[in-house]
Amino acid sequence: MANTRKMLTLSVPLLLFFVVCIFLFKGLYSDPRKLDSALIGKAVPEFILQDIYDENKQHDASIFKGKKMLLNVWATWCPTCYAEHKFLNKLAAQDIYIVGMNYKDDRKKAIRWLTDLKDPYKISLFDKDGMLGMDLGVYGAPETYFIDSKGIIQYRHVGDLNARLWNEELKALFNGMQ
Amino acid sequence: MKKVTLSLLLLLCTFFSPAVFSAIDTFEFDTIEQEQVFHDLTKVLRCPKCQNQSISDSNAELAKDLRNKTYELVKQGKTKDEVVDYMVARFGNFVRYDPPITPATIFLWLGPLLFILFGFLVLFKQAKNKSKTEDELDDNEEKRLKKILKQGDK
Repeated sequence: MANTRKMLTLSVPLLLFFVVCIFLFKGLYSDPRKLDSALIGKAVPEFILQDIYDENKQHDASIFKGKKMLLNVWATWCPTCYAEHKFLNKLAAQDIYIVGMNYKDDRKKAIRWLTDLKDPYKISLFDKDGMLGMDLGVYGAPETYFIDSKGIIQYRHVGDLNARLWNEELKALFNGMQ
Repeated sequence: MKKVTLSLLLLLCTFFSPAVFSAIDTFEFDTIEQEQVFHDLTKVLRCPKCQNQSISDSNAELAKDLRNKTYELVKQGKTKDEVVDYMVARFGNFVRYDPPITPATIFLWLGPLLFILFGFLVLFKQAKNKSKTEDELDDNEEKRLKKILKQGDK
């Protein structure tokens, strides 16, 4: 009896060691540049932004209600966005509703980009001053927000979307949303 | 002559050094207090884009945006806490250099304390066990001890 108790007490440091090992090992493979969004579970912030093609057309937060969709933050100054664009076209071809937000960019350049590379966005917002970007907590481009049919942000992906990521985890996440 | 051109060239170099080129924002404030609040804030707010730089420290585009936003809010008369809350609501607790106590971070405060307490507990238990075994002699040992003591008396 006394022996087993002693064994148990002695195994405490070993257990602690393993816990610390697992913790540190996980840290080894986590990307410190990827931050969780502070807006998960919250509605898309209120905004009024111009359409990228038409200065006189304005959009507000109501466009995010009614169906689940992706909100893709992009800019022509962002090389990763260029790499991502082809895959966005593929997603659009699969009938995935994507709203684009052109972030701190030049309107002419953005329109040229969309005409040359094809436009995967159902609606394109023009956030020249990064106002909505600030409210969303955008800290780089590209970023993609997963928004459910009630307009609630469920997930944020930082970095490019690609076929591998989409098939491995993001597709299930999107399909799982209400 | 050569020396002069060289020194001129050197002088020219200093003008194009990154230190001179790095943007120096000029912010104007109504009061000294506001300016102080702004400077304190830019030091305690962390740039989300960069690894471990405050927004006053970083030249990243985002840090510049955050400085401008901080300036705007301070100019509107917002307090330090209000500005920090504004940033946390958007960028999460990552923007704070001073993390708040949350269920996820409580271990940072309690961990060392628990560790010390645990150590004391172990020490206390060990000391108790030791004194017990030293004090108590079984019957045989008691007899032997008496015998030895008697022999010593003779």
